[in-house]
Parts: sequence; C-alpha cells; structure tokens
Amino acid sequence: MDTAESSSNLKKIQVQRFKPDDNPDNHYLNEETGLWSWLTTVDHKKIGIMYLASITFFFFVGGLMALLVRTELWTPAKTFIEANTYNQLFTLHGAVMIFLFLVPSVPAALGNFILPLQLGAKDVAFPRLNLLSYYLYLAGSFIAIYAIFSGGIDTGWTFYTPYSSSTGGAVTTMTFGVFVIGFSSILTGVNFITTIHKMRAPGLSWDKLPLFCWGLYATSVIQILATPVLAITLALVAMERILGIGIFDPALGGDPVLYQHFFWFYSHPAVYIMIVPGFGVVSEIISTFSKKHIFGYWAIALSSLAIAFIGFLVWGHHMFVSGQATLASMVFSFLTFLVGIPTGIKMFNWTATLYKGSIKLASPLLYIFGFFFLFLVGGLTGIVLGSIALDVHLHDTYYVVAHFHFVMVGGMVMAFLAGLHYWWPKITGKMYNETMAKIACGIIFVGFNVTFLPQFVMGSQGMPRRYFNYIEQFQSFHQVSTIGSYILGLGFLMVFYYLVKSIYRGEQATSNPWGSRALEWQISTLPPLHNFHHTPVIVNGPYDYHKPMEEFQLGLAESGNGHGHDADLEVTKEGEDLSAE
Amino acid sequence: MANHSSSASESSRFMQHHFVDADQQFDAAKMGMWIFLVTEILFFGGLFAAYVIYRAWYPELFTLASEELNTLWGGVNTVVLIGSSLTVAMAIKSAQLNQKKNIAINLAITLALAAVFMVIKYFEWTHKFHIGIFPGEFYSFEGIDHPKANIFFSLYYLMTGLHGIHVVIGMGLMAWLLWRSLKGHFDSEYYTPVEITGLYWHLVDIIWIFLFPLFYLID
Ligand code: HEM
Ligand SMILES: [Cu+2]
Repeated sequence: MDTAESSSNLKKIQVQRFKPDDNPDNHYLNEETGLWSWLTTVDHKKIGIMYLASITFFFFVGGLMALLVRTELWTPAKTFIEANTYNQLFTLHGAVMIFLFLVPSVPAALGNFILPLQLGAKDVAFPRLNLLSYYLYLAGSFIAIYAIFSGGIDTGWTFYTPYSSSTGGAVTTMTFGVFVIGFSSILTGVNFITTIHKMRAPGLSWDKLPLFCWGLYATSVIQILATPVLAITLALVAMERILGIGIFDPALGGDPVLYQHFFWFYSHPAVYIMIVPGFGVVSEIISTFSKKHIFGYWAIALSSLAIAFIGFLVWGHHMFVSGQATLASMVFSFLTFLVGIPTGIKMFNWTATLYKGSIKLASPLLYIFGFFFLFLVGGLTGIVLGSIALDVHLHDTYYVVAHFHFVMVGGMVMAFLAGLHYWWPKITGKMYNETMAKIACGIIFVGFNVTFLPQFVMGSQGMPRRYFNYIEQFQSFHQVSTIGSYILGLGFLMVFYYLVKSIYRGEQATSNPWGSRALEWQISTLPPLHNFHHTPVIVNGPYDYHKPMEEFQLGLAESGNGHGHDADLEVTKEGEDLSAE
Repeated sequence: MANHSSSASESSRFMQHHFVDADQQFDAAKMGMWIFLVTEILFFGGLFAAYVIYRAWYPELFTLASEELNTLWGGVNTVVLIGSSLTVAMAIKSAQLNQKKNIAINLAITLALAAVFMVIKYFEWTHKFHIGIFPGEFYSFEGIDHPKANIFFSLYYLMTGLHGIHVVIGMGLMAWLLWRSLKGHFDSEYYTPVEITGLYWHLVDIIWIFLFPLFYLID
C-alpha cells in the first residue's frame, strides 16, 4: 500500500466520529459463558478477573495470618499460640502477601485487563501464554499452600541460609512453589513488553503511551531481569536441602552471604515490582480527576525506568550488618540515596498536575491521597535506613517492619485499591456506593497509621522484628498496633463488601463515568469481546483535556489496514495532520 | 512446490485473531522469544556468578578437579551441538526457500544430534557416579587432593544438568516441529515456530560453548 493511498484511506476513515455503542447486550462477559469458558479463556479481560479473584483470596488469607500474629503479640509472653506456630505464621504472612498478592496485584490483575484496552489492541501479544501464566501462578500457590500443611516453614520470607537449608518443615516445597510463581511473573513480563512494543494501535506513538503502560513496562523490565535470579537462587536452596551441594552452606565450604547477595539482587528490585505499577495507576487517576494534562509526561515516564534501573544497584543496603566489605556498604548506601531522586520527581509532577486542576474528590482520588501521605513516609524512612550508621541501629527492628509496610501497604495496596475503584465500572459495568467507599478509605487510612506508626517508635527503641516475646516496656505500643490492625482489617472487609454488592445491586455504569480522555474509557461498558470493533487510530493523547469532550475524538479505522503495529511514525504523522485539519 | 495462493491460505490458518497481519504476529513472536532468552541468560547467570566466585576462591581446586572431566567427550559434544545449531539454521533457510521436505529432514537431524549429546552426557555422568563423584555431601571420591572438591562438582552437575534439561526441552520442541512440518504446516509464508525455536536452540548451544571451556579446559 503506497503512502498516498493509505493516507487517503485513513482520511476517509477519520471522518467517522467515534461513538461507543452502549449496547450492554453484547460484551465480553456474555459472549461466552459457563465455567469452562472461563477456565480456558484467552481473553485478557477474563484472565485479569481470574487474577483479581485469586489475589483477593490470598490477600484475605495473608491478612488473617497477620491478625493472628498481631493478636499473639497482645501480651509480652505467650498469648494463645506456640512460638513455633508464630514463626510459621509471620513467614507465611510475608510470603503469601508478597508472592501471591502484591507482586501480581496491579500488573497481573489490573494490568491484564487495562493494558490492551489502553493500547487499542484486541489482546496481549500472547494470549495463550497469558493463560499459562495464570495457571502457573495458581499451581505455585497450591504448592505453597500444600507446603503449609506438610510441615510449614519458619524461615521468614527471605529463606536465609544456612537456617533454611537445615531447618525442618517444607522449605523445599515452598521454594518450589515460589519458583513456579516466579515463572508466571517472568512470562507476564515477556508478554507485556512484547505487547507494548508490537500491539499499539496506529497513531499511538511512545509519547502518547498512557503512563500506566509506562509503569507496566518498567515493571516488566524488572520482572524479566530479576526474577530468574530468584528462581535459580531458590533452586539452589532446594538443592542444598536435597543434595547438600554446599554452595551456601558454610559447613560444606559454601558462603551464606552469597545467598544474601543473590536473594537481594532479586528482592530489592522486587520491591519496585511492587510499587512502580502503582505509580502508573497514580498518574492515570491524578490526570483524570483533576481534568488536566499530566505535568511532565516524560519525566514521569522515564523516572519509572530510572527507578527500575537504579533499583538493580542498591541490593547491598540489606546487608550492611552481614559482614560485607565496608566499601561496598558505602557504595550501596550512596546509590540508595539516588533512588530518592526519580521518586521525588514523580511526586512533584503529580502535585503540579493537581495544582489548579478542577479536582473531583471521588473515592479513587481519595485513595491516591492516602497513597501520597503513606508512601512519602515510607520512602523517607527508606532513606533513613539507607544511611549505614542508622541502619546498624535499626536493622531487623520494627522500624524496618514499619518502613516496608508503609511502602508496600500504604503505597502499593492504596494504589491498588485506587486503581480497582477507578477501573471497577469498566471491569464490572457497575458503580459502587461512593459514600461507603469514602468511609472505608478513611477507616483504612486511620487503621493503617494506628497499626504502623507505633512500630517506628518501638523499632527505634530497639524492639527486634520477628520476636515472639518482648519486654514489658513495649506492651502498650504493641497493643495499639494490634487494635489498629483490626481497624485496618475492618476497612478492607468493607471494601470487599460494597464492591461485591455493587455487582448485584450497583447502578449501571456509563461508558465513561469519570469523563476521562484515556482510550479505555472511549469504548463501551462493558467492553466487547475483542475490545474494539475497529482498530482505533489514535489522534489525541490520553491526557488531552484542553479540548472539550465533544471535540475530543478518536478516529476509527477499519481493522486489518496493515498498520496496526509498532505505530509506524508515518501513521502517527498522518493522524496528527488530520487532527489539525 | 506449493504455489503461492495455496501457501497463503495455509499460513492464514495459523494467523491469530488478535493480530492485524502475519508480519505483526511474526515480529511479536520473535521479540517475545528474544526477551525470554534474556531471562534464560540471567537464570544461568546466577550459576555463572557462583562459579566465578568459587573459582576465584579455590583456583587450584578448579585446575585439579577439571582433570577428572573427559575433554575428548566434552569436545565431541561441543561439535555435535554446533552441528545441530547449523541444521536448525538450515531448517529455517529451507522454510524461507519453501523447501518443505528439507525442513523436516533438517529438523530430524537436529533432533538426532541432540539425542547424541544426551547419550554422551549420560555416559559421562554415570562414569563419575561409578567412581564416587557425586554432587555435594554425597561426594565420596578420594582421587582429588582438595577438601572442597565437592563444590566444584556440585557446580558441574548443576550447570551441565540445567543445560541438559534445556536440551531435553529443546528435543521436545524439535519433535513437535518435526511433526508439524510433516503435516505441511510450514512454508515460506509461515515458519514462525521454526524460527523462534531455532533462536532458543542457538542459546542452548551458546551456553554449552561457555560451559565447555569453563569446566573441561582449565589447565
Ligand atoms: C518503593 C517501595 C519500597 C518497598 C516496597 C520496600 C520494601 C522493603 C522491605 C520489604 C524491606 C525489608 C526486607 C526484609 O524483610 O528484611 C525493606 C528494607 C529496606 N528498605 Fe525498603 N522498600 C521500598 C522503598 C525503599 C526506599 C525508597 C529506600 C531508600 C531510599 C529503601 C531502603 C530500605 C533499606 C535500607 C532497607 C533495609 C533495612 C534493614 O533491613 O536494615 N526502601 N524495604
Ligand atoms: Cu532494598
């Protein structure tokens, strides 16, 4: 097809106005029905929902364990469970929350659903691989749960050797489960990167790519570069237990600090797997609810990549007291401080976007405000921990526990909830009870602070983490924290209640309840089976709020015009010319 | 040779609904495989890192223990694998030239060479087990005068073992390709699976090319 012909073709097509057909009789949920159609679906939307259901389940499992741990800490000595059970509970709480909930939460659940919609694609690049990833996740989860019943594990989620290679219980099974889940994560990363590169609709150049996609892109990069190292490390631990290979076991000539290097080479970047997609959610919501073009688009997009990159250089800050070389510690400390720069850039850009925006304080934005405050505290305490001298004092105390809960729960869980509320109408076609949503957000915010603020104090006064008993001086802090955890749990239950209720009783959602400019809101609700009846040609970016909604339009092109991939520059230019006419 | 129109209709059988055209499908598959191979390199990377560290700590051990490995058979295996990489490349070339029969023949040879590799591996390993060279704490060989000899062989078994698993997976893929090529699925219009499996196979080959000198050729 020569250029002249294709552009005239496009021109003709451009004239048609994009009109979402709000025909609720015809959408992805009713075109194929029945349990079997779900279990074998290759539709990214249904796979996203299956992830959503699974991670919700594991979130409550992990949450229940957390409440048991906190309840046990009500008194300084034994309250109601044995020390050994306690060790297993906090280990499983951590492992379940991180590997089964946090890591897949935004990328695999929300990302799967939204990414192709934002790209104007019919699906991810490899739909069957996507389904396989889900089953690997499920299989890994079952193996992990099986491990609980066949002996449990008490090593902490970090599986430090030589303890993990010598303790009893089901460590081998558990590491195998995590290994399998790791592969699920890797394959999702491969799928997303390819999808973003190859499946963008014509006109969707890199500078129009929604920031959520940028966030998922950076996350996927970390997933594919870090997860294999964790996989091999855990395989080595299993080998250590089965064959006594002696790589990590000092008794056989191995080196346990090597384990720590390997483990944190994955697990520090992994903490960014847990937050970078959250950053993407924040950008989308901020722009939509302040009705403004996102401030510093490139700064936000590239800072995600910068965080991903620097994240690979700082793992040693977990090992300041492990006996690594002092010089190494100093370098790692310095690099750790650098992470603050791109993160700060993001924060400032978000604030600048909000500034003078016409802000609509709907529940998704409220959750984002919660995110701001809590993540800020989490990030700043991270800087504190990155300072060697302070970390020597604070390492393995409740201060660290509070730090990572502020970033992981206060940051990522808040961002996840924000995203869930934001996209809920698109996913389910229903509106939830907004008042309940706001109250729940408030309860979660309060509950969270009551739980974790006292832990900063305790930690700085020397309360070590993972201890079953403690001295009486800390009792009142622990009790406040325990009460907070129940408030927090109540908040999460409430969210669960009104969201599920909305599916049955909720008001029908329109196709674009927030008046957003992003592509996923321009198609009907619920989305049709293959997302777009015609391949859209992207003319305006996702944050173009300067035009009124009536003028804002997406061109429609006949699908199969041969320009559907890699957003050839040519097409982009044509699209822009046309919009200028 | 199949005429153009029939091959086009055959290839469209394998065109998936969510792609705009065959080019997009091909590009996506290829890119996906490249990214996956990056993860594979990192996967082995952990073991290579361990190798580097222990070799730096116990250089004499690595020299001593390396002598227990059979350079001749290792060398034969290297040649076998390089040969199989060549035949896989020829299978792809045959597909591009639309020589359907040659696709199958080349794939069959590749499969056979991979099997030869595994058989040689099998004899190498069993011989070592026979004289007591087991991984880790089961190590009972007396012939090497070094207290940490077990570590060298742990790494040897882990790395060649992981590589062997990859060869076996590759054999499965080759068998699948062979079956499909016999059913006439591949031609110059559509040979994506052959091409991306070929990429995977080259990686398996390259990893061996690193493993061979690192274990067998320490002097
Ligand atoms: C962005 C999201 C973040 C998450 C999800 C996160 C998560 C975590 C987790 C889970 C731990 C404890 C690991 C363990 O079990 O021992 C931890 C420790 C630590 N974090 Fe973060 N973190 C984040 C951000 C940061 C930042 C921005 C910094 C510094 C600039 C930082 C510095 C540290 C340090 C130094 C430790 C080690 C403390 C110690 O064990 O002594 N973190 N973090
Ligand atoms: Cu870290």
